[in-house]
Order: sequence, then C-alpha cells, then structure tokens
Amino acid sequence: MSMLEIKNISKSFGKFEVLKDISFSVEKGQAVSVIGPSGSGKSTLLRIVNQLEKADGGSVSICGTPMITVDENGKSVYADPKTLREARLKIGLVFQNFNLFPHFSVLRNITEAPVCVLGMDKKEAEQKAMELLEKMGLAAKANEYPCNLSGGQQQRVSIARALALNPAMLFFDEPTSALDPELTGEILKVIRGLADEQMTMVIVTHEMAFAREVSDRVIFMDKGVIIENGTPEEVFEKSENERTRQFLQRYNNS
Amino acid sequence: MTTEEILSVTGILLDYLIPTLKVFGFTLLFSIPMGMIAAMLKMCRFKPISWLTNVYILIMRGTPLMLQVIAVYYIIPYLKLAEGLPAPLASVLAGIDIRSENYMFYAVIAAFSLNYAAYFAEIFRGGIESIPKGQYEAAAALGFTPVQTFFRIILPQVIKRIVPASSNEVITLVKDTSIANVVAYAEITLKARQQMQVYSSLTPLIIAGVFYFVLATVLTFLFSLIEKKLSYYR
Repeated sequence: MSMLEIKNISKSFGKFEVLKDISFSVEKGQAVSVIGPSGSGKSTLLRIVNQLEKADGGSVSICGTPMITVDENGKSVYADPKTLREARLKIGLVFQNFNLFPHFSVLRNITEAPVCVLGMDKKEAEQKAMELLEKMGLAAKANEYPCNLSGGQQQRVSIARALALNPAMLFFDEPTSALDPELTGEILKVIRGLADEQMTMVIVTHEMAFAREVSDRVIFMDKGVIIENGTPEEVFEKSENERTRQFLQRYNNS
Repeated sequence: MTTEEILSVTGILLDYLIPTLKVFGFTLLFSIPMGMIAAMLKMCRFKPISWLTNVYILIMRGTPLMLQVIAVYYIIPYLKLAEGLPAPLASVLAGIDIRSENYMFYAVIAAFSLNYAAYFAEIFRGGIESIPKGQYEAAAALGFTPVQTFFRIILPQVIKRIVPASSNEVITLVKDTSIANVVAYAEITLKARQQMQVYSSLTPLIIAGVFYFVLATVLTFLFSLIEKKLSYYR
C-alpha cells in the first residue's frame, strides 16, 4: 500500500492550468523531492493533497484511504470532513512562511493540537514537545514567543509542531524559501536527520544539491506537468530531456 | 457661583452619574455581541444577508445618533396612533406604557445599541479579515475543527488587533451618552443644563465637562493597560 497515491490530478486558476494530469505515488520510508521552476505547480500539488485547495479532477488517497475519488460521471467526490481531518493528521505540513500561532508560546504551539485534537494529556503533550524541541536544539526557547525567534528557529518549531501529531508522513512546502541563505542550513540538517530515520517525506524545494543528496526519488515538474520521476542519479545526471537539462544547468551556473 | 453652590451642583450631577453610566454600560453589553453577529452576517457568503447587513450598517453610520434616538423613542407612540395594524402587533403595542420611566430608558438603550453595534461590526470584521490565511491553513493542517480554529487561533489574535479601535469607540460612547438628553432622559448633561438656568452660570456645564473628562481619562488608562497586557507578542 502506498502512503500517498495521486492520480490524474488537474487544477486551473481561471484560464491558467496549474496542474495537468499529475500522477505519482510515495512509498513508506521514501523521501521524494519535487523540483521545478516557480509557478510550475509544485506547491499547489501539496495543497491539493491537504485539501487546502480543491482539485478540478483526479483522485488522491492517503495511507489507502480515498480522499478524492472520481465517480462514473467523472466528477470529483471528496471525503467527508471527519475523514479529511483524520487524514490530515497523518500528514505533517511545513509551510514556507512557518505559520506559527503568534499568540502561543513555542511550547503551546506544539502542544495545542495534540491536546485539543487528539485529546492527549497536557503533561504528556508537554513532555513530548520538550523532547521534540530538544531534538531541534531549541529546548531553551520553549517559553519564548515566535516573534522573538529567528526564521530558522521558527521553521524548526513548525517542524516540531507537525511531528507532535505523530504523522505518517511530512510535507515540506519550500521550507527554506523564506529564510536567509545562512539559516537554510539548519533546516536542511533537520530534514536530513528525518530522512535518516526513514521518515516518509515529500519536499518541494529549490535546493538542488540538497534534493539530490537526501532524496530517494526526485520529481521534476514544469508548467504543471511531471517531466521526470526517478532516482536523483537518473534526474540529475542521466536525463535526456532537454527541459530538465536546461533547468539544472541554470542552477549549476548560479 | 459660591463654593457652596458649586458643591451643591456637583452633588446633584453626581447623582445623575448613575443614569449616565447605565446608558454606557448597557449599550456596551448589547452592542458588542450585536456587533459580532452583524460582522458575521456581513461576511456571510449568502449575498442577500451580507447586503442587508451592509444597508443596516450604512444607515446607522450615515445618520446622526441624535436623530436615531428620537426616531426610536417616537416610533412606538406613532405606531399606537396608526390604524389597521394586525391584531397581535396592536396588542403588543397596547401593552407598552410610553409614559413610564422605563420606556424612555429602553428606547435610549435600543437606539444606542443599534448604532454602536454597527461601528463594532466594522471593527470586528476588519480584525477578522486581517488575520493571515496561513493561520487558518496551519490550523486545518493540524486537524483543528473550524470552531476550534475560530475560538483558539483566530479570536485571540483578533482581540489584540481590535483593542485600539474599540477603545476609541468606548471613549466616544461615554461622551455620546449626553445625547440621551434629547428625549429628556435625566442624565448629567440634562441636569447641568437645568442647573445652568437656575444659577444663570456656565459653571454647571464646566462641572459636567469635568465628569466626562475624568471618565474618558480613566477609560483611556484602562485601555492602555489592556494593550500593554496583550503586547507579549507581536
């Protein structure tokens, strides 16, 4: 059973087709990077899986549970709100802009969902949150507010927040794009650590060297279409595709 | 005016501080929840409701409060005079004693609450709409229900953002209570005018002014405390 199965997803904003017939799957323990130029639909794809955005067509299933299916008339059928909430708990989502809750302390940012959503005991949730903060090297910041943290620290808190719900997989939506270059390293280190622990991950990123090093599979998207879907070696070194080579060349030169 | 006279006038006005504060307190009590409901209705996706709410807000903000107080006060007496009203309505109207002291108070509170709710509605709506979309998305991704998201994530942030604008409204309300004297509701301004005529002196008005000034200053201080209390995050 695939952790994530996406079939024939399409999406338009007005007349602009962002995604055209996208299909791929992610297996347990895999780290999959999605690369491609800005506006190629990478982030939209992640948002559709989480249903922060509605797809125009196609199907999605998470850990075997159908989230979007297609009926015999070709219309999309969405899972009910309860199934959706349960499925979302299986996916930890890390945003480009962190989206921490500014009115909660770092600790409460992490414990709020386990306590309110899973009904976990508060003490237990706090203990777990402290373990996660320890792992992120931020135990000393537990009682700070997000506004007093650097971007890199905020992003690490948001990763801890996502992990606190014990998700089956993690989605990263350009986790380092809002950070200074010198702060991206600390985030990449955390993701690398998670990959070593066999965490199932989908990482939308512009960090080519990182994608190549950490991923089991790399997907290259352009203009809403998957152009490559293979091992890092296949995509970065052996690709015959003109568009892929062009894109990678521009990155190598910069 | 002699010192004795000034003290006597101050004592009289002090007695009418209670009716002034009653208008202030009850208006806040009703207009804040009403404003919250109106803000929700205005953001309603069903357009006719949003549109009707907007008409209400436009009228309340577009016409003077004094006019509204007079209109609300006289609408019942005029309806009582009207003929051919449906029987249930007529019997309800017959039950209202427009000469009672309470009737005047209810009319004033109704008019003030309707007016202030419109202003609060716009403040609340602005506050809710200023919360970034990412907050809703993060909450949804973490499995919060829409109700949990509103009360735990959104509302606390909205309150912080609307404190400065709300404090303006509340301070204006203290002074606006004087408008109730237009329907002869006995409060500080009405009494000050009477005393002004008794003594042929402006001093009672000045004393009334000091009353309002002190109230407004105390409120300003309270709100700056609240703002400080909420400044633990940005």
